[in-house]
Amino acid sequence: MTDPVTSDAALAAIREHLGLEAAGEDPKRPLDPRHLVVSVPVERWTEAAASARDRLGCLYFCHLTAVDWKAEGFDVVCRLENLGSKLGLTLKTRIGRDASCPSLTGLFRGALWMERECYDLFGIRFDGHPDLRRILLPPEWEGYPLRKDYPVDMAHPPYR
Amino acid sequence: MKAPPPTPQPTPTVPPAEWEEFKDLQQWVKFRQERLDGDQVSETFASLADRLEHFPGGWLMVTSTEKIFNWARKSSMWPVTFGLACCAIEMMATFASRFDVERFGMVPWASPRHADLMIVSGTVTIKMAPMLKRIYEQMADPKWCISMGSCANSGGPFRHGYHVVKGVDRVVAVDIYVPGCPPTPESLMFGILKLQEKVAEFQKTGRRLVVAPNPA
Repeated sequence: MTDPVTSDAALAAIREHLGLEAAGEDPKRPLDPRHLVVSVPVERWTEAAASARDRLGCLYFCHLTAVDWKAEGFDVVCRLENLGSKLGLTLKTRIGRDASCPSLTGLFRGALWMERECYDLFGIRFDGHPDLRRILLPPEWEGYPLRKDYPVDMAHPPYR
Repeated sequence: MKAPPPTPQPTPTVPPAEWEEFKDLQQWVKFRQERLDGDQVSETFASLADRLEHFPGGWLMVTSTEKIFNWARKSSMWPVTFGLACCAIEMMATFASRFDVERFGMVPWASPRHADLMIVSGTVTIKMAPMLKRIYEQMADPKWCISMGSCANSGGPFRHGYHVVKGVDRVVAVDIYVPGCPPTPESLMFGILKLQEKVAEFQKTGRRLVVAPNPA
């Protein structure tokens, strides 16, 4: 994986190995290899990340977060980068409101805390995560504060 | 032809101010902490002072020693160093040589057991609130608290966040609120001087001056 991966090669690899079309979100830079966005179904989440790591050389796990789309569920968003060839790949998957997402900890050790944080603030459960606890908030916290339906004025006794 | 006399208009009545409309103010009234029971004092000392006061002519000694004590208290307020956020930078600037609060006898002290004053400078998160309360409880009576900046007063710009205590007065009793985001060192010094006035009145009135609750 020392060869630099160009945009076309990356798109071809994504098409070949994932069977999916990459969609750039930025219309000004449609074919920029730093802004590739791929939406995958949740069943192929781990497979897509493994393929990006092994085939595209995206060894750097940049971040993992989620987006709350209210009734439509959550988008779990993960960014993988190939630092050598300046390739950035954003993987997205849509899960239901109460569904769980497969964990990426088997592929990237860095996903451990990211997924804990995501669980902490969004309440998304990651299957296969070895230690899914709260990481930022105190363990007795009720609710998941970054969800859109979280009442921010909710009482937190004894300090509210 | 003579114009008919004007019909008397009803006098407009100004409706009384409805405090219920101010939800934040209502919450402040409901949730703030007050120090109503006074300070913890040594019982031996209190009984001795009480006996002395009822001795003929003893009140003179009690009041004059109280005055001396209060003078000593107000001219050597030692704040515990408790910086929470960006207001702490202004607090440090206040303690530094340019503004020089050492002329008021203030020494920022790193132990709550030797301190009289806690300047809560910054946002108090719900996670931090138990530690703040613990440090405050470790301070020996009589103790005072200055809430410095918008965040400590009411939550400030983070009031509607999930993680912020909406005013440090929900955790500990606050004597002086210093507004500002952040307050300038001059504001903090003004608050300190106001606190000194308050300390000079301490126990002369029997208890501390507390803010009167709202009429509603």
